[in-house]
Amino acid sequence: MTPAIEINDLHKYFGDLEVLKGIDFQVNEGEVVCIIGPSGSGKSTLLRCVNRLEESTSGTILIEGEDITDPDADVDALRTRIGMVFQQFNLFPHLDVVHNLTIAQTRVLKRDKGEAARIAHDVLERVGLLDKINEYPIRLSGGQQQRVAIARALAMNPDMMLFDEPTSSLDPELVGEVLDVMRQLARDGMTMMVVTHEMSFALDVADRVVFMDDGVVVEEGHPSVVLQEPKTERARRFLRMIIDK
Amino acid sequence: MYVIALVVVVLAVLIGDWDRIAFNFFNLEVMADMFPEVLTIAARNTLVYTLLSFAIGLVVALALALMKLSSIGPYRAFAIGYIELFRGLPALITLILIGFGIPIAFDFNMPGGRVGAGVLGLSIVAGAYMAETIRAGIEAVPRGQSEAARSLGMSSNRTMFTIVLPQAFRIIIPPLTNEMVLLIKDTSLFFVLGTTPLTKELTKFARDFMVEIRNATPLTVAALVYLAITLPLTWLVRRLEKRAAISR
Repeated sequence: MTPAIEINDLHKYFGDLEVLKGIDFQVNEGEVVCIIGPSGSGKSTLLRCVNRLEESTSGTILIEGEDITDPDADVDALRTRIGMVFQQFNLFPHLDVVHNLTIAQTRVLKRDKGEAARIAHDVLERVGLLDKINEYPIRLSGGQQQRVAIARALAMNPDMMLFDEPTSSLDPELVGEVLDVMRQLARDGMTMMVVTHEMSFALDVADRVVFMDDGVVVEEGHPSVVLQEPKTERARRFLRMIIDK
Repeated sequence: MYVIALVVVVLAVLIGDWDRIAFNFFNLEVMADMFPEVLTIAARNTLVYTLLSFAIGLVVALALALMKLSSIGPYRAFAIGYIELFRGLPALITLILIGFGIPIAFDFNMPGGRVGAGVLGLSIVAGAYMAETIRAGIEAVPRGQSEAARSLGMSSNRTMFTIVLPQAFRIIIPPLTNEMVLLIKDTSLFFVLGTTPLTKELTKFARDFMVEIRNATPLTVAALVYLAITLPLTWLVRRLEKRAAISR
C-alpha cells in the first residue's frame, strides 16, 4: 500500500543553517504519528515542508505517491488533501465561523453553497461547536477557535491532517477540549502527523512517536518505548527536562 | 505665553477696523448672491472630481502595491519608480503635464477634456500616495492568514483577494480617508487647466466671484464649504481609529 506521506532524505537550509539534515520516514494511512523534540530541532519545519508551506532544499516528499516537492506538482490541488492546524489557529477574522468553513469549499473545491453549508454544519457538530456557527472568531475562546480551525480543515475532506503544536498557545484549562477532538479524529481513522509537547496525548493516541533533535530523527518507535524507555541518551535527557517542568 | 496672546488679541480687537472686515469677509449680500451655484456647481464639482480621482487612484494604487510586493523584479522596479516619481513631484506639475504637456507633444485631445485631464492627473498622483498605504496594510495582515488560506488549497491570487485584502482594507480605512481629505483640497489645482462656468470647483469659483465683485466674502464661503466636507471626514477617521484601537 502506498504510504500517505513518504519523506526521503529531506534537507532544508535557512541560509547557511541546515535545519533538516536528511529526514527519512513515512506515515501510513490511518496512522497517528507524533513528533516530539526540543525547540529548534526542526520538527515544525519538517511538518511545514510536507504541505510545502516551507520549500525543502533537497529530497522528496510523496503525498499518496505524488511528489509535492516537484516544481511541476499541482501544489494547490495536493494541499486540498492535506488539512493543517496551526499553533496560532489562523482563523479568518473577517469571516464568521460558517464562512471560515465554507470559503475554501466553494472557491477551491467548487462545491455549491448548500452542500458546503451542510458539510460545515456536520464538521462543527463533530467538534461540538454548532452553537457558534454564526459567531466571529474574536468572540470565541482559544480552545473554541482551535476546534473551529480543525473543523475548517475537516470540511475539505482531507485524507490526512497536519498539526503544528495545536495546543501550545492555549491556556492550560483549554488544552483538554482540543485534545479530545483530536483523539476522536484518531479513533475515526484519520491519518495524522502531530508536532506536540503533550506527552500524555502522544502516549495515549500515537501509533508511533518520532523524536527529533538538531535536524535529524534520533529515535522512533512505539510511544511506550520512545517515551518511557528511550534507547538514546538525547531522548532520555529531553524527556527528563519535560517531566521536571 | 498666555499674557502675550491675550495682549495680541486685545490689540487686534482695539486696532481692527471691524466694520471693514465684516463688509469684506462676511458680507451677507454677497453670500446670498453666491447661492445656489456655490453648492449646485462648485461644491458638487469638487466632490465629483474628488470621488472620481479617489476611485481611479485606488485601482492604480492597488495595482502598484501588488507590483511592489511581487516576486517579479521588473514589476517591483516599475512600482518603486512610479511611486517615487509622482510623490516627489508637485501635483501641479503632473496636472500640467497631463493637461498640456502630453496633448501638445502628441497632438491629441484628452478624453473628457480639461476635467478628464484633471481627474487623470490627480488619480495618477493619488495612486502613488495610496499605493504605499495599501502595501503597508497588506504587510500588516499576519503571515499566518495567507498560510492558512494556502494550506486550504487557495492559489496565491485567490488568497490575496479573498483573505488578505479584505483584512488589509479594514486596517487602512483611516489613512485612506485622510488621503481623500488631501485629494479634496488638491482639486483646487484644476484651475490651472482652464475652466468653464460649469466646471469650476470651489476655489476657482470663489476666486472668480471675488475678483468680479471686489469683495473677499466668497473666500470665506468657500472655506466654510471645504470645512463642512473635511471636518466630518476627519472626525470619522478619529472615530475609526479609536474603534480599531479597541478591537485590537
